[in-house]
Formats: sequence, C-alpha cells, structure tokens
Amino acid sequence: MRYAVPALALVGAAALGGCSQGVLDPQGPIASAERLLLINSTVIMLVVVIPVIVATLAFAWWYRSSNSRASRDTDESYEGRLEFVVWSIPALTVILLGGVIWIGSHQLDPRAPIPGKSDPLRVDVVALDWKWLFIYPDQGVAVVNQLVIPAGTPVEFRLTSATVMNSFFVPQLGSQIYTMGGMTTHLNLLADKPGEYPGFSANFSGDGFSEMRFVVKSVPAADFNAWLEQVRGTGSALDDAGYAELAKPSKAVAPTTYRSVEPKLFERIIDRTVAGPARAGIGGAWRPLRQAGG
Amino acid sequence: MLGRLSWAAIPFNEPLPLLSGAVVGIVILAALATVTIKGWWPYLWREWLTSVDHKRIGIMYVVLGLVMLLRGFSDAIMMRTQQALAIGSAQGYLPPEHYDQVFSAHGTIMIFFVAMPLVIGLMNFAVPLQLGVRDVAFPVLNSVSFWLTATGALLINASLVIGNFARTGWMGYPPLSELAFSPDVGVDYYLWSLQISGIGTLLTGVNFVTTILKLRAPGMTYFRMPVFCWTALAASLLIVAAFPVLTATFVMLLLDRYLGMHFFTNDAGGNQMMYVNLFWAWGHPEVYILILPAFGVFSEVVATFSGKGLFSYRSMVWATLGICILSFMVWLHHFFTMGAGADVNAFFGIMSSIIAVPTGVKVFNWLFTMFRGRIVFRTPMLFAVGFIVTFVIGGLTGVLLAVPPVDFVVHNSAFLVAHFHNVIIGGVVFGALAGINYWFPKAFGFTLDERLGKASFWCWLIGFYLAFMPLYQLGLMGMTRRLQHIPDPSWQPLLLVAEAGAIVIFCGILCQIAQLYVSIRTRERRLDLSGDPWDGRTLEWSTSSPPPAYNFAVLPRVETIDAFWHMKRIGRAPAEPAYEAIEVPRNSPAGFVTAFFATVMGFSLIWQIWWLAILGLLAAAAVVLTAGWSIEREHEISAAELAQMERAR
Amino acid sequence: MTIATIDGAPTAVPAGLARGRGGGGPASKRVVVAYGFWIFILSDMVMFSALFAAYAVLRGNTAGGPTGAELFDLRNVFIETMCLLLSSYTCGLSALSAERRHPGRFFIFAVLTFVLGAAFLLIEVSEFARMVAKGAGPSRSGFLSAFFTLVGTHGVHVASGLIALVYLAAQVIAKGLPAVVLRRLLCWSLFWHALDIVWVGVFTLVYLMGAP
Repeated sequence: MRYAVPALALVGAAALGGCSQGVLDPQGPIASAERLLLINSTVIMLVVVIPVIVATLAFAWWYRSSNSRASRDTDESYEGRLEFVVWSIPALTVILLGGVIWIGSHQLDPRAPIPGKSDPLRVDVVALDWKWLFIYPDQGVAVVNQLVIPAGTPVEFRLTSATVMNSFFVPQLGSQIYTMGGMTTHLNLLADKPGEYPGFSANFSGDGFSEMRFVVKSVPAADFNAWLEQVRGTGSALDDAGYAELAKPSKAVAPTTYRSVEPKLFERIIDRTVAGPARAGIGGAWRPLRQAGG
Repeated sequence: MLGRLSWAAIPFNEPLPLLSGAVVGIVILAALATVTIKGWWPYLWREWLTSVDHKRIGIMYVVLGLVMLLRGFSDAIMMRTQQALAIGSAQGYLPPEHYDQVFSAHGTIMIFFVAMPLVIGLMNFAVPLQLGVRDVAFPVLNSVSFWLTATGALLINASLVIGNFARTGWMGYPPLSELAFSPDVGVDYYLWSLQISGIGTLLTGVNFVTTILKLRAPGMTYFRMPVFCWTALAASLLIVAAFPVLTATFVMLLLDRYLGMHFFTNDAGGNQMMYVNLFWAWGHPEVYILILPAFGVFSEVVATFSGKGLFSYRSMVWATLGICILSFMVWLHHFFTMGAGADVNAFFGIMSSIIAVPTGVKVFNWLFTMFRGRIVFRTPMLFAVGFIVTFVIGGLTGVLLAVPPVDFVVHNSAFLVAHFHNVIIGGVVFGALAGINYWFPKAFGFTLDERLGKASFWCWLIGFYLAFMPLYQLGLMGMTRRLQHIPDPSWQPLLLVAEAGAIVIFCGILCQIAQLYVSIRTRERRLDLSGDPWDGRTLEWSTSSPPPAYNFAVLPRVETIDAFWHMKRIGRAPAEPAYEAIEVPRNSPAGFVTAFFATVMGFSLIWQIWWLAILGLLAAAAVVLTAGWSIEREHEISAAELAQMERAR
Repeated sequence: MTIATIDGAPTAVPAGLARGRGGGGPASKRVVVAYGFWIFILSDMVMFSALFAAYAVLRGNTAGGPTGAELFDLRNVFIETMCLLLSSYTCGLSALSAERRHPGRFFIFAVLTFVLGAAFLLIEVSEFARMVAKGAGPSRSGFLSAFFTLVGTHGVHVASGLIALVYLAAQVIAKGLPAVVLRRLLCWSLFWHALDIVWVGVFTLVYLMGAP
C-alpha cells in the first residue's frame, strides 16, 4: 500500500507528458484533421463503452449471490424489445461511424493534394538501409536524414524503397505511407509554421531500424531559398558513385547534403530495384518505369 | 553431408541464447531422466502419447500452450526490459540482431503455440462431451494434429540453440523475409515450423466441423447445442477456410527462398503487396479463430455462474455466425497505409466497424444474463467480468483503428501493439484461463485452489493494465513498434510503468504455477465427487469427473437447450439403462511417430540436409500408409463389460 | 458416488425431430467419413484459390521474359485434358464396380484410370521440361513462378492420387471390399474428381485465357 501513492504519481506524471508531441500535437492540416477524427471517434465509442463498463461492474456487484436485496429472475424468457435494443445500439453506432469513415477516408486520402493550396514543393523519398534519402527533383539537390521544407507550402511526395518495405512517418504532420521496392506511393503534407518535427520509419526493416530517424525542418519561405543556395554550394554530388556509396548498409547516419543529383534518380532507383542485383547496372541507361503501383 | 549445419550454428560466443538454451536443455533432460528412472514410459506411451481420446489430447494441447506461454513470456519480459533500459545514449543489453529475433519469436510463439493450442485444447476436451458423444469424428487424425503442432513448437525452440530465428517480425513480410535480405536459417525455421503445425491445425478444423455437424446426441438439433459448440464450429469453419491460404502463401515464400522463384521479390516481377494481402486474408480470420471459442467459454461461464440460462441464445448463435462470415471481409484494415486509395480503404473500414455489431450484441447478451441472476464469484467468473471490461476497451481502440485516417497516424505504433494485446489478453488469454479453471475438475476429478486462482486473476488484470495502457499513450506520442532503442527520454516513465506491469503479470504466472502445485498436493480436500461442481447446465457435467474413456455408456437423449439443467430440473430417478455394446477407438502411435519424422524432415529442410529430409518425408509417409492399412480401428466393449464398469464408478 | 443418469431408450429418435434440423443422433460412419473428406477437399480448393489469385496477380509480370502466349502448346494441353477427363469417367466406373462388389471390374477400371492419369502427368512434365530448357523456368519471372506453382501443385496432387490408387488397389487385393475399404475408395474418387474440377479452372484461366 505504501507504494500506491508514489506509483500513482509516477503514472500520472507519465500520462501528462503525452500532449506536447506526436499525434496529439498536430502541426499541419492533415495531422489536425486526423486528430479531430481520433477524438470524435473516441467520443462516439465512449458513449457506448462507458455505460457498458459501468453496467458490467454494477451488475456484477449488485447481483452477487450474497446480496439479499437484489431481485432474481432465473426464468429464461425471451424479451423481444430488449433484443431489438441490443442490436440497435451497436448498429446505430456503426452507421454513424460508417459515415465518418467514408467521408474521412476521402477527405484525407494521402494521394489528394492539400485542399485550398497550390504550387506544391515536390520531394522524392527513398528508403534505404537504414536511412532516408530526400531528393528535390525540381531544385536538383538531395539530403539524407533531414527534410527541409518551407512552412505553409504543400509538399507532394513520391516515395519508394531501394530495399525492403518501410513506412514514411512524421506524426506531427500527419499520415504515414508505406515505401515499397519497385513501386511508387504518394503523399501530400503541409507544415503550418516553422519548427522541427521528428520523423522515422514505421515499418520494421532490419537491424538498423531503430536508428532510421530523420528530422523535418519547416522554415520560413525566404529561409528555404537561402538553404537551397547553401546546399548547392557545399557537399558532394549524388551521382552514380555517390549513390552506390550511400546505398551500402549503414545506420544512424548524420544529416548529409548533396549539391547536385543525377537527373531522374528516383525513377532509376525504381528500375534498378526491379531489375534486381543480377541485372542491375549502376549507371545504366534510364528505361521507362515498369511498375508504378501503390 | 549436413547441408548448412555446422558447429558454428551453436551460439557458443553469445551468452544469452547459450545460457537460456542450456537451462531449457537441462530441464528437458531432467524431465526425461525422471520419467525413465521412475519407469513411467509404458504408462506415458499407453495413456498419453498414443492416446486418441479427445480428453487426453485436449489436456496435452493445454499443457503445450501453458509451457510455451513461459517461453513467449520470457521473450516479452526481455523486450520490456530492453525498452526500459535502452533510452537516449544507453544501448541496453540486447543488440538488434537478438532483439529482432526475440520480438519475432514472441509473436509467433504466442499466436501459434500458446493461443491456438489453448483454444484448440479446450475445444478438444469439451466439445464431444457437450455434444453428448464419445469422441470426435476422426480420433487418430486428432492425435496427428496435436503431435504436428508439438513438432512446430519443438522446431521453433530449436532455433534458440541451433542457428537463429527469423528477424522479420511474426508476419514475415517480404522482401525482408526473402533470401536477399534474410539469407540465414531464421525465416526457414519460421516457415517450416508453421507449415507443419498448420497441417495439424487444418486437420483439427476438418475434424471439428464434421464432429459438430454430424455427431451429436439424439435429439440435439442445431439450436439445442451449447453455445461453446457453436463457437467451436465457427472457429473450425474459419480454420478450414483460412489456413489453406496461409499454407499457399508460405509455399510461395518457401519457393522464393529455396528455388529462386519470384512471387514476392523486388525484382523479376515479384509483388510484395500480394504477400501482405494473402497473409492477412488468413490473418484476420485467425484472430477470430482465437476469440470465438473464448467467447464461447465466457457464454458457458457467465450462464453457469449466474445460475441463469444465457440471454437470447438465438441471437448469440446468429452473432457468432455473423462474425464468422464478416471476418473474411475486413483483412485490408491491417494495411490501410499501403496506399490502396480512399474507396477501398473506406470499404474495409466500414466492414471492420460492422463486425463490432455482433460483438456488441454478445456483450449485451452477457450483461443481460448477469442481470437478475445469482452470481457466484469463482475464478472463472472473475475472468469473465474482467474480460468484458477489458475487451470492450480493446474493441473501442479497434474501432478507432478501423477509421483509415486515424490508422494513418497510429498504424504500427505502440498504440496498435496495445490494442491487439488488449483484445488477445483480455479476450483469448482470460478466456483460456477461465476455461481451464472451469473444466479442470471435469478433467482431473478435483477443483483448483480458489485463492490462488483469484490471486492469479488479479495479477493478470492489474499487470495487463499497467503493462499496456502506457503503450496506448506512447503510440500517440510517436513511438513505433519493434524499437530496439528508444530515442526520446521523455518516454521512459511510461516504459517503466509497462515494465512494472510485465513483472505483475509474471507474478500472475507464478500464482498459476503455485495454483497447480498446491491444488495437486491438496487435491483430497477438493475432490469433485458428483461430477457437477458448479451446478452446470450442459451435458459434460452429467458425467463423472473424470469421465470414462467412452464418455457416455448410453448416449443421452436431448430435449432442450441446456440439456443437463433440464434433466436436473425434471429430476429423473437414476435407473439402470439398457446397455448395448459400444465401440471405442484404439490407441494409435501414428500421430506421435508421424510427427517425429516430420520434425526430422522439417529440421533437415531448414538446414538443407536434403538426403535426411527425403528420408524423413518417406518415413512419415510410410507411417501414414501403415496406419491407413489397418481396418481394426476400434475395439468393442460388450454390454456386460459396460454395465460392470458403470456400476463400479 | 452418484452420477446423474439419463434414462430413456438410447436408439429411438424422438418423434417430431426432423432429420433436417439435426436431431437424428450421430450419423453413420460412411456419412461421417465422406463428409469429413469433403470438408478436407474444400480446404484444398481454398489453397488452390490462393494459388489462382497469385497467378491472376502475377500473370502480367513477365519481367521482359516469355509470356504464356509464347510458351503454351495448346495441342498438348488438349490431350492432357482429355486424358484427365476420361480418367474421371473410368474412376466413376471403378467406384461403381467396387460398390457392387466386383473386384475384377474394379481393377480393370482402376488400371485404366491410373494409365490415363499417368499419361496426363507425363505430358505435363515434358511440357515443363521443354519450358525450362528454353530458359522459361519458374525462376525467370513472377508470371512463370505463379504458373509453375499453380499447375505444378495440381500435378503433385495428381501424382499423390496415383500413388494412393496403387496403395488402395493393394488394400483391395489384401482385404477384399469390406465397408472400411469401400469408404476409402469413395474418398479417393472424390479426390480424383475434385482434381478434375481444378484442372478445368487451370485449363480455362491459364491456358485458354493466356494463349494467342
């Protein structure tokens, strides 16, 4: 018993720490909408769940055999009205939820552009063992394990993996999406204001998985251009040799920038993955995409 | 000569697996030595290893499940401890190569070698008794099923000391599980162990569908069957319809790995998304295979310990069948984040929440069964009440996960881990423990110690909440699953609470072990002489504890639901019935020996010792053909013998 | 020790309990065995459907390699199919002979069934060998992996069926045709007919729909 109070305090302190990061601390419209859905769905379910839990404990207590005040009725008779209620409550809840699901799924389809915004920044994402490569195809630069984006600008991602299945996830910005070899998935996110948001892989991919983390840096628009200029001025080029080096397994890679990127590197990585180790020619001529899935 | 096997496969330079392997090895050797010294082999061989009696097989399944629970739980506490320690700059004690095997083994063992055996064990023990018949439709096949499951368990445990286990997670997604990224034996251990035990499970499904639909006491129409039998039927139908998909999927992955095919590889036209679809087309029905019999146990327990018939039997049956069918239409909710598009995601999200309707109906039915009943709080009833509260919370989070945009932010996180442990522990484990406490006296002739039973319940309940509620929060805070190293020190308090919960659950397991030990030692005090310790409602309570091998000398004639309750109410005077000769299946070594050779074959395939694999396969086939040659499968007990045995009891 | 005994005539089925509602008591051995075997066959069909689904998904994934149209020899496939269909007919005749307790006739039709099944396998194996020799083996592409596995699994089932036929014929020689052996023959013929049904699916979905 004397451990109860400190234990409760520990649990309480632990519980309170949850609200200032992650899913409950959205920093973009997608994440905000998803948090709202989470809260709404929880409330809808609690309306049913709390009475059920209360009733369970109440019935268990009141109808215990030692309670002489409880009325007993061991006659098994069918109660049609009760039956109707028993089926209706879950059915109505589910109908309501069904509407939420249909509307929510369409509004928050990862493939859909952010409503009300235009002129997205395009970023190509490649999951490697065990780091993230971010290519800015229109700007001609690339970064490893750090994603710099201008605040308030929608970002349109194309994602793939050069190895095994991973999942690109930045909780404070919203939806995650799988990255798969030989295939392209699509995602649209936006950061409302400047800040730094942790990101990681949400699908186990091997020994270096825990270290497969990156940071999203949302910066004011002017700072973004300055950053681009800085990147173009330093670092090495992400040519075939550079990529071959990068593709070797490594973990906990510090953020690295590349001043230039081989054109259509994203498409070449996909083709290379599909062609497989035996047939892959690093530096081979670009061929049309064979499989655009996802 | 020995394929890939060499001395290097034994982890001489890795203390953890070496030590645990040594401990397990010593325990096994000690057990074998004890049995040999005490001369128990003839008894064991005659009464257990070659038994085709569903009651014995059921008990062996439950024993297997409980023993494997210890292994699966050790994996769990290793993971919890690593996550509590490896925060920030600390690296913990389990490097990734080991941690990855531990969580993969934990999931695989808990699902396939703890939950399945416990559930199938209870089904084996109780269903023929509840149906008022003497055994299942195919008793020898039943024995084969059990021993093949044991083979799978043996192979997985062998991976601890000979080679290594898969490092892919329990689902084995490609391309990580393909040769290019998992060239070692780990995934092969996973695949062969599950393929072999999967055959056993499939045969169980066939056996029970046939038994429940074609073998019932006279007068037992479909709507007079106990609810546990209905849930066993639904689970068995699911096994028959789902396990072959897993077999096919694993065949394809094995062909990729062994013959260089391209079902799921990145290159040459493989499609990893197809694995995910096929796996979960099995995987979702699988969780219903686990939970439906648990629901059945609770239906029996709540009715019995409330002294009242189950509220609305018919809607329970329809709800069960509804869940059975719907479980095949929801599988995509396991991968909403794979990018299927809004229409597809929304469809499967809606179907997933629809399945909450029959589940909700069941919960209400249990509540109304308790309403105005006379509730006696023996251990099984405590588990039932704990289950309703806990499972409903798990169901809530499940419905949240069924909303695709919500799933997008919690998929594969600690939130997901908390959800499925919520429903599996709160549902399947509690159901198994309730069923074990409930039917133990029928199986062994004495009840389990009540105080230790209640203590184990409270430890499990409190331990579960301490261990998993923090995980919900951690998932929302951004902690993904399967992390060997924790990046954010602010997560540590919650992880410590989770660790404490795991320790409390461990106390619950200790209480159970103590309960068994004490109960056996003091069994004279709690003998079940009447065969009906709980004032039960269904036919198994009409037999002695334990029942004779043939269950019923004369098959009961059934006139109502809750046939035994009805018989007690009418109070038939015990008159000696007219005995007729009955047939009882003979013991058969086929199951044990086939499984032995299946183990040899499986191990050889894993290590690519081709000549030994072929030998093992041929030997197993020879056993099957030999067993299939015999015509005399049963022996007869004459009416006179029967009368004599019955009078003596 | 008192046990609640249940009185009443054990074998008389209570009046008013229609068989259809399942109140007739445990079914006979023949029904139980056949029913169980049917359920097993259904589970086998589920496994085949998973393989069919894999084929459907991967049929276009030729990875720059040969397609079905380039590989399939429909004439051989037609001969194979005829062999298998005919073997189902002779299988039926052998089952009828067994039921009527005519071991001689049973053996004649059993041998015919075996020969036709073996012919099917021979043609199939030679087709596979031809394809592998051309470099179109199962490891060439996803399409070919799915093809060889689907058709090959069916072939493995046919081969097992032939081995089982020999085994059961030996049982008939050794024990004659008691009820137990008849039940096993019934199961075997169910299995053989089911394989025929699967082949119709394979023939249609793989060969007819994949050919020029």
